[in-house]
Parts: sequence; C-alpha cells; structure tokens
Amino acid sequence: MSSWLDYTINGLIVGNVYALVAVGLALIFGVSRLINFAQGSIYLVGAYIGWVAVVQLHTPLPLTIIVVAVAAAIVGLIIERFGLRPLQNSVRIAPLLATIGISFVLDQLVMLTFSPNPRALPSQLPDVRFQVGGGTIGPLDLLIAGVGLTSALLLFVFLRYSKLGWAVRAASQDRDAAMQMGVDVNRVNQAVFGIAAALGGVSGMLVGMYYNQIDTAMSLQATLKGVVAEVVGGAGNVPGAVIGSLLLGLVESYGVAVFGTSYRNLFAFLLLVVVLVLRPNGLFASARQAPPEPLTGTFIAPSRPVRIPRWALAVASAGFAVLPLFPVSFYVLQTLINAWLLGMLALSLTLVAGTIGQVSLGHAALLAIGAYTSALLSLALNVPVGLAVIGGGLMSAALGTLLISPSFRLRGHYVSIATLAIGEIVSLVILNWESVTRGPIGISGIPPLSLFGYDLISPTSIYWFSFAVMVVLALLQGRLLDSHLGRSFRAIRDDDVAARAYGLSLNRYKSLAFIFGGFAAGISGGIAAHLYSYINHETFNTQQSILALTVVILGGLGNVVGAMLGAVALVGLPEVFRIAAEYRILIYGIVLLLLVRFRPQGLLGTM
Amino acid sequence: MLSLRGLTRRFGGLTAVDSIDLDLAKGELVSIIGPNGAGKTTLFNLVTGLDRPDAGTVRFEGQDITGLSPERLAGEGIARTFQLGRVFGNLSVMDNVLIGAHTRLRAVKPAVPVIGPLLELGLALLRPASVKAEEERLREEVRAILARFGERLLPRIDQPAYSLSYANRRRVEIARALALQPRLLLLDEPTAGMNPTETAEMQALVAELKAEGLTILLIEHKLEMVMRLSDRVIVMDEGRKIAEGPGEQVRTDPKVIEAYLGHGLSGAAEQESAA
Repeated sequence: MSSWLDYTINGLIVGNVYALVAVGLALIFGVSRLINFAQGSIYLVGAYIGWVAVVQLHTPLPLTIIVVAVAAAIVGLIIERFGLRPLQNSVRIAPLLATIGISFVLDQLVMLTFSPNPRALPSQLPDVRFQVGGGTIGPLDLLIAGVGLTSALLLFVFLRYSKLGWAVRAASQDRDAAMQMGVDVNRVNQAVFGIAAALGGVSGMLVGMYYNQIDTAMSLQATLKGVVAEVVGGAGNVPGAVIGSLLLGLVESYGVAVFGTSYRNLFAFLLLVVVLVLRPNGLFASARQAPPEPLTGTFIAPSRPVRIPRWALAVASAGFAVLPLFPVSFYVLQTLINAWLLGMLALSLTLVAGTIGQVSLGHAALLAIGAYTSALLSLALNVPVGLAVIGGGLMSAALGTLLISPSFRLRGHYVSIATLAIGEIVSLVILNWESVTRGPIGISGIPPLSLFGYDLISPTSIYWFSFAVMVVLALLQGRLLDSHLGRSFRAIRDDDVAARAYGLSLNRYKSLAFIFGGFAAGISGGIAAHLYSYINHETFNTQQSILALTVVILGGLGNVVGAMLGAVALVGLPEVFRIAAEYRILIYGIVLLLLVRFRPQGLLGTM
Repeated sequence: MLSLRGLTRRFGGLTAVDSIDLDLAKGELVSIIGPNGAGKTTLFNLVTGLDRPDAGTVRFEGQDITGLSPERLAGEGIARTFQLGRVFGNLSVMDNVLIGAHTRLRAVKPAVPVIGPLLELGLALLRPASVKAEEERLREEVRAILARFGERLLPRIDQPAYSLSYANRRRVEIARALALQPRLLLLDEPTAGMNPTETAEMQALVAELKAEGLTILLIEHKLEMVMRLSDRVIVMDEGRKIAEGPGEQVRTDPKVIEAYLGHGLSGAAEQESAA
C-alpha cells in the first residue's frame, strides 16, 4: 500500500514538472495558435544553465533558480523577436517549421558546447526523506511542488490583475479584436514567450536535479511530454494544462509501477493518441466548439513552380545513370546512394506534408517499419531480398497509415505532434517487443541486396538499383499528382472545410496519401536495412525525419523533382565542403530557418 | 424538397438559430435576409452538415439528413458557396471547378471500405481509357460552366485561384457548385464585394439558374436583387424567423423594419438597399 502512495507522490511531482512546460505551451498556443516545438530546447538550455550555475559558479539554490529563469526568458525573447515575429504575416506552415528549426539549432548548440555525454546536476538540498502516511517525501519533492504552486499563483495574479495580463487574455480570446482595441500584440507575444521560457527553463533544471542527470536527449522528450499534457488539458487552456500534466504524471507513474520503467513513454504517447481520438479538443473543452472559421491565407507559400522541361529531366537522369561508368570514387557513389535513399523518403514526405498538408515529424518510423519488415522477412522466412523490400514497403504503407489514422481529424500543428508521438511509439515498440524485434540488441546479419538471385554488392550495382527505384517511385508519384487524386489532395490541404463540402472525405484521401507515401518510405528503409546489414531501434531517428523535412522544404513542398534535388543538395553539399558530422544537424536546422524566412516556396516552388 | 423543422443551434448562451421551420419546393428560389449576426450562415452550415443542430430536423427529398457529414450531403446533390469565398488557393481555376465534379467521378463511387479507396488509387495510377475519357468530358463541361461567366474566368482558366480578384473567386465558387450538378444550391452572399455591374451580371446568372429549374436558397444583403429573384423571402433576426412571404409583403412588415432599424441605427438597412 505504501508503495502506491509513493507512486502517487512521484506522479504528482513529475506532473508538476510537466505542468511548468505545459503551461508555457498553453500560453503560447492561446495567443498565437502555435505549438512551440522549441519549448523542450529551452528546457534543455535551462538544465545546462542550471548546471553551469551550480557546478561552475556554486550559486546558492534561490539564486540558481533566478539565474535560470532569467536566462531562459532571454532565450525565449530572442526566439520570439528573431525567429517568429518576422513570420507574422507568413503562411501558416512557416511558424511551425520555424520552431522545429529553432529547436534543432538550440539542441545542437547545447550538444556542441557541452558534449552529448550526460552530466550530474546536484540539487544542493539535504538528502533526507520525511515520512508521510505510508510513503516518503524529500526536500526536492517539496521544492518542485513549491515552485509549481508559486508559479501557478504568480501566473494567475499576472493574468488576472496586471494590465499586460489582461492584454494576454484578450489576445488569446480574439486576437484581431484585441489588436483593434489597441492591444500591442508584439508586447503580448514577448510577455508570453518570456514567461513560457522562464517556466520551461526552471522546469528543466528541476528535472535535472530530480534525476541528478542531464543530457541533450531531454529536449525532445520534454516537448513531447509538455505537448501531451497540454493537449490532454485542451490546447490553450492554462488550468487544463496543469490538470493534464498531473494526470500525465500519474498515468506514467502507475504505468511504470505495473509494467516497468521502459514503458514510461509509451503510456504518455498512448494517452495522447487516446485523447486525440476521443476528445480532440482536450478533456475539458466544451463538448462541441463553434464550427471552424474560414481560414485566411494559405497553408503553404503560394508560388508558381519552376517548370523543368522533360528533356532536361531526362538528360539529368541519364547523366546520373551513366555516372558509375566514369572513373568516380567509391566515396562519390556512396554519397549519392545515401542521397537516393533520402530522396525516396523525401518523395514520401513531400506528398504527405506538401501535397496534402500533413506535416509529419515521425516519418523515420515509416523507414523503421520497412527496414524491420524487410530484414525479418529475409532472415526469418527466407523471403528473397527483392520481395522482402517490397514487403517492407507494403507493411509500411499499411501499418504506417493505420497508426497515423488517429491524426487524420487533426489540423496543422496537431498533426505534427501526433506523428511525432506515433514515431516515438514505433521506436518504443521496437525496443520492447523483444520476441520479434530482438529489442535493444537489434538485428544483425541482414543479407545484402539481391535481385533475381544475383547479389548486389558492388557500389556500382547498389547505386544503379537505388537510383532506379527512386526514379520509378518519382514517376509513379508524378502520375498520381496528375490524376484526380493530385487535385483532391491539394484541395484538402488548401481548405479542408470547402473540400468536405464538395464530397472529399478527409479520412479516405489522407489514408491514400499515407499509403502511397508509406510505400516509398518503407522501400527506402528496406533497402537501407540490407545495405547496413545491421539495424536497431535508433537507426531511424527523429533527426532523419527533420532532415527529410528540410529536404522537402528546400525542394519546394509537394514538388517531386524538388524532393530529389533537395536530397542531392543536402547530402552532397556537406560532403563537398567537408563539414564535420557533428555540425551537420546544426546546419540543416539553420538551412530550414533561413528557407522559412527567405524562400518559403523552396528552390523549385510549391505545387 | 427541403424541409427544416424546429432547427436550433446554440453557442454557449447564444442561440444562433432558434427553432427555424422552412420549406422549399422544387424549382423554388427562397431568399434569407436579416441583419448581420442573424444566424443565416449558421443555418446554411446546419443544412450542409458543416455544423450539427442541437435540436430539430432537416429533411431533403423526404429523407432525414440531420447531422449527416458534408461529404455525404455533397453526394446527395447539395452544393453551397461560402460567404468569404473559400476557393482552393493553390489550385488552378480549372482544378477548383473540377473538384466540384468530384462526387460524380466513377473512381470515387465504390463505397466499400479499404477496397474502394485502393481501387481509386489503382485507377488514378493506371488511368485506363475510360478514366481519361471521363476526365476529358468533365474538362469540357467545366469550360462550358466557365463560359457562363463571359470572359471573366475563361482567360484565367490555368491561373491559381490565389491570384484572382475577390469577385472572380466568388465566381469560381459558384462555378464549382454548378459542376456538382446540384439538386439544391445554397448561395451565401454571392454578390458580396461586387460593384453594381458585377452584381447585375450575378443577378442575371442566378435568374438563369432559376429559369433552368434549379432549387436555390439564397442569402443576400442587396434587397433589390432579393426582391427581383425570390419566390419567397424569409427574414431572420437573432436566430428567429420574424417574417416570411412574398418580397413586397415582407418589405413593409413593421417587424422587419424594426429588426433592421432597431438594431442598427447606423443604418444597415438603408445602406444595403442603397447598395
């Protein structure tokens, strides 16, 4: 019985930490209808600033908290001023992509400054436990609870009684009306980002102290947990975010009590998916909301795509096809093989994110499904590799679509959250389903690529094979976009309400887009598995999803040729300039930010 | 053909549509007028399935369609235009109007779950001769529909809708609705933002559609147009129906005058009848 009380206390404490993140997300969402994907990065920054203060500067605890809050708030203000304010009149997808880019840049900066190795963050508090009922509670628990309650109180007073707080509430109820009444929306945004960042930073520090460990992987987890809590409570609903956080903390804590630690995150994401399916407006939203208002502006940047003549494409393809006949190095071929594999993933993502407007952040999960299916088919069932790869594509199409289908009723940023969570679920299932996936050990000894009994081992043959597969997929996708499905997908992206009024079922067409896109991604993953000969649950990670997204934005959303061009550019250029591996992700993030700001339609234009 | 009984929709404390009864016979054109915020557009949303009523029923051709999804209702032949002009910004004029014909495509007909959509995907990729022929026929039809707007849209047929003028977007919306070959057409302020010449063109077009026997429910602020076109006029105020009848009778109804003048001494009624 006593342990249950312990789990309850633990759940509430962890929930309190999530609340600090979730409240910030809710404030930002309330004012700007934006899910701030950089919130977890601020949390990470807060943890490391806390580490510098405690370990290097030896500041006392109250001062540490103040230093972290102020420094994090400054980061928040910088993000608002330079990352988001310039995009105010931009297309709806722009701020979403910007916060994703900012989050990657911040994470990488922290990683490059402090190295990815975990560090200990001592809490400076005496190590005693007090007996409460049947459980125990430590001073750090009390501190976390105290910080949580104090910030809730301060926030309440601010929103309720200060003039700026009124402005925040007014802007979150009706931004346009508030602006017309003279509310300075920029100041409101500053206030909200500053507060959210301060809370997020302190939260990161407290979590670091709670587990006495900080590392750079905290960021994504924090964003996800905060968003789960916020969505459970109802987006933009500040008290809802607090309750959602406590609920999430309890669910996780009890889940861990029953099933074990490795399932902690699985419960969080399952809770998210369940809430999204059953109560997409959160647990505390009124049963039905007003019908969606007509949206002004378009989702993607309108542009006239650059039309590349067919002969030019044919010449370029022929050029790449005969390339291995010339004396090129193994290194060049290897680089281009990577580009073709990324190109297939980008074809998939440009269809899903660009053509039908579902910005998926969990696309690497489709690679993983394809890779595991193909590897297991060839290893366990002795299926010929060529067929196994196709099996991987089909499995990715079917399972990926099935998994993502709960997000079909969501719009804009929610889709990104849901796909991110589904991607994490896939990775967790792979990790935990040991009887099939061999868990953390991974799968080794995957047979090499082969076609009709001939092994493709030489770089040249692998090059030709992957290039040919990509071209075939691209041609198929081009044909799809030319059909009535192409215009149906794009209509749904541009205005889903009008599309429904003309008979387009969102479920049906989003499914078809994910089936087609899932197939391409699954093929890419399948080929990769046979190429690498070893895969595990971390082979296909969020970094690859973000890289694919950057490729797609670079080429132009929905643009088939752009996806392939973007893949060659983003894989090739770092090689040409010999950029060290650890700086690449940083550069991808910066490229994404610059594109969103200065050329949102990408190189070849959106379709 | 269409019959509403006790249709009610509340938003929090506000009753946007308050037990509305309405009957529309085949070939009839009925206009709904009323001050801004009277609940006209909400009523349209309830009829077309974009919003669900809290009480009351909607019957169409004798069938209860209350609460059906908009995509189902589009399949039943109910087409609408939107007050603020919801075109598909990145699609060409041609593609916008082709979306209107979506429910008539043979590829989308099979309603079998899983198999139906997969067949649709297969047809889209293989594109047998019958699919190509259907597409070509529909393109011809779209050109014919666009020709009804004179030289307004035809020269812009390949331009993306975001590049069109406001008035042209309204026209594209109406063209899209016609491509559905609707049995019931709901027009939400088709002349909003149009100058007198453009309004006259639109009025002529609506009169033509009516003459062809199309059943039309029209929301319109320009009273002159309403009086010319309507078989009957329904006046809404604060969610309720306050008057119904032939145009001239409604126009002189003291309740109607009060609704317009009593709410908006700023002169909404005069402005609109002057417009």
